[in-house]
Amino acid sequence: MPMPNDIVPEGSLDPVAAFERARNEMLRQKRVQTLIFIGVFIACLTAAVIVGQFNIFILIKGFPRTTEYIEKLLPVLRWETLGADASEWYWNIGKWLELLAETLLMAFFATLMGTICAFLLSFSASSNLMTTHWIYFITRRFLEIARSVPDLVYALVFVFAWGLGPLAGILALAIHTMGASGKLFAEVNENIDPKPLEGIRAAGGNWVKMIRFAVVPQVLPAFASYTLWRFEINVRTAAILGFVGAGGIGYELYTNIRLSYYDDVSAILLIIVAAVITVDMSCEEVRHRMIGKEFLR
Amino acid sequence: MTLRIDAITDAHILSARESLPEAFSRPLRERVRSWICWTVFGALVIYCLVRFNFSPYRLWDGLSELGLITRLMFPPSSGGNFDLFFWAILETLGMAFLGTVIGSVIAFPLSFLAAKNIIPTWFFHFGIRRFFDVLRGVDVMIWALIFVRAIGLGPLAGIMAIAISDTGTLSKLFSEAIENVDRKQVEGVKAAGASQVKVVRFGVIPQVLPVMLSFALYMFESNTRSATILGLVGAGGIGLLLADRIRTHVWDQAAVIILLILVTVYAIDFLSKKLREHLIGSTK
Repeated sequence: MPMPNDIVPEGSLDPVAAFERARNEMLRQKRVQTLIFIGVFIACLTAAVIVGQFNIFILIKGFPRTTEYIEKLLPVLRWETLGADASEWYWNIGKWLELLAETLLMAFFATLMGTICAFLLSFSASSNLMTTHWIYFITRRFLEIARSVPDLVYALVFVFAWGLGPLAGILALAIHTMGASGKLFAEVNENIDPKPLEGIRAAGGNWVKMIRFAVVPQVLPAFASYTLWRFEINVRTAAILGFVGAGGIGYELYTNIRLSYYDDVSAILLIIVAAVITVDMSCEEVRHRMIGKEFLR
Repeated sequence: MTLRIDAITDAHILSARESLPEAFSRPLRERVRSWICWTVFGALVIYCLVRFNFSPYRLWDGLSELGLITRLMFPPSSGGNFDLFFWAILETLGMAFLGTVIGSVIAFPLSFLAAKNIIPTWFFHFGIRRFFDVLRGVDVMIWALIFVRAIGLGPLAGIMAIAISDTGTLSKLFSEAIENVDRKQVEGVKAAGASQVKVVRFGVIPQVLPVMLSFALYMFESNTRSATILGLVGAGGIGLLLADRIRTHVWDQAAVIILLILVTVYAIDFLSKKLREHLIGSTK
């Protein structure tokens, strides 16, 4: 964008007036741009309202039903009989905790598998490390497809290949993790300091040695931090994979919502939210510790 | 003390080892700790392998099944339903767009309440932030399922699910953007004698608006991805058609839908990236 003093013509008589004129011109241009943006936005909004069949009346009619639903979700807890009420609310706690553990293990194992694949593929997906262009190209496209198909779609297909149960869910999560982390890892690889690479090459190291001694030590902290973050995301996703029958606590939640067992729904929801928040906070703690260690070195 | 490299003897090394043990190996406590960590990790992996029945035989079995499915997907054919698929994709985009707009509109005022530099009362923004955490902690699919029960099948449930979960995410991102504003402009407006509202209007909003728009665009991008699967629980969009095709084993049509999803996601990613670059660039 041109600044006012760039536009002031040389040798004009009154620089103040010229500046003001240029400034007004600039403001006008900006206003036109904003108007165009607002116009496009309103057009998009109208189109979205039409194709999305957005109906404010249905929404208003649905609003009391939504609040009613949320009210029904709240369990009956009386202060005098708190213990008994709570144990009635969580009558199936043993099974739910078991399912929660399965969900967490699924997320853990899928993150592990996906990250290993992402780690191995990330080096050939970095333009500074892989000079053979077609290998770079194929790896990049492969990772792109792996992360662009939603994980639930993978789960839906894998349920047919591997049968109902956690295995299909783990593989779906792992593939998605491979694609998403692989891209991020490759970007980290592309931003490393090239000097150690040259050092290893000058000392006669081959490609594998170059990766091992020049790249990995530089990128490992960033990889670890990304992996923790991916684990947090995978815990959330693992909790809903059960909707398509791919294991975890999701199936239990799905059936309870379908069958309108309100107390069970809120109990399971609370377990999931608590687990997600706990995992987020502990990953944050681990990340801080790792960063602290890096600074100490 | 200087030593030539060929004059170093074992005695030198030994004395160095004694005086500086940590330079040669990590202390015992740390070694034991990392050893325990790796053992627990290994045990967990083995437990997972056993529990989830991860045998090579089973993996191979599934892979051959998957190969069969992939073969059935080619050549992809819409079976004359291309118009239907295309409209469903448009509906998906509309859901993502409206959901993001509604979520941003709700998140905008809330984020000011949650920013530490606007409302200094500690318990107030602590409470409101935990509320956002709950909104975010429940996945958008779960919200969709709840709204389908509450307001019925169709895209409206999906729009509301996206709007609610976006409210949580965007409020958090917006309030962080507000907390990171440059103090100088705020103080300048305050020094000119402005009221609290005017400080926010002229000191804070011009700084945060481009950042907020760029966050909203980013969420639109991510919501487009989620909107494609919301149909699995009946909340509108392409997901319902895809789930139907997969459940009835019409793999060639499923392949067309998956390709359509891929193209849409790429297109939206590209557009949103360009727009975001433009927005952030205009602030400089």
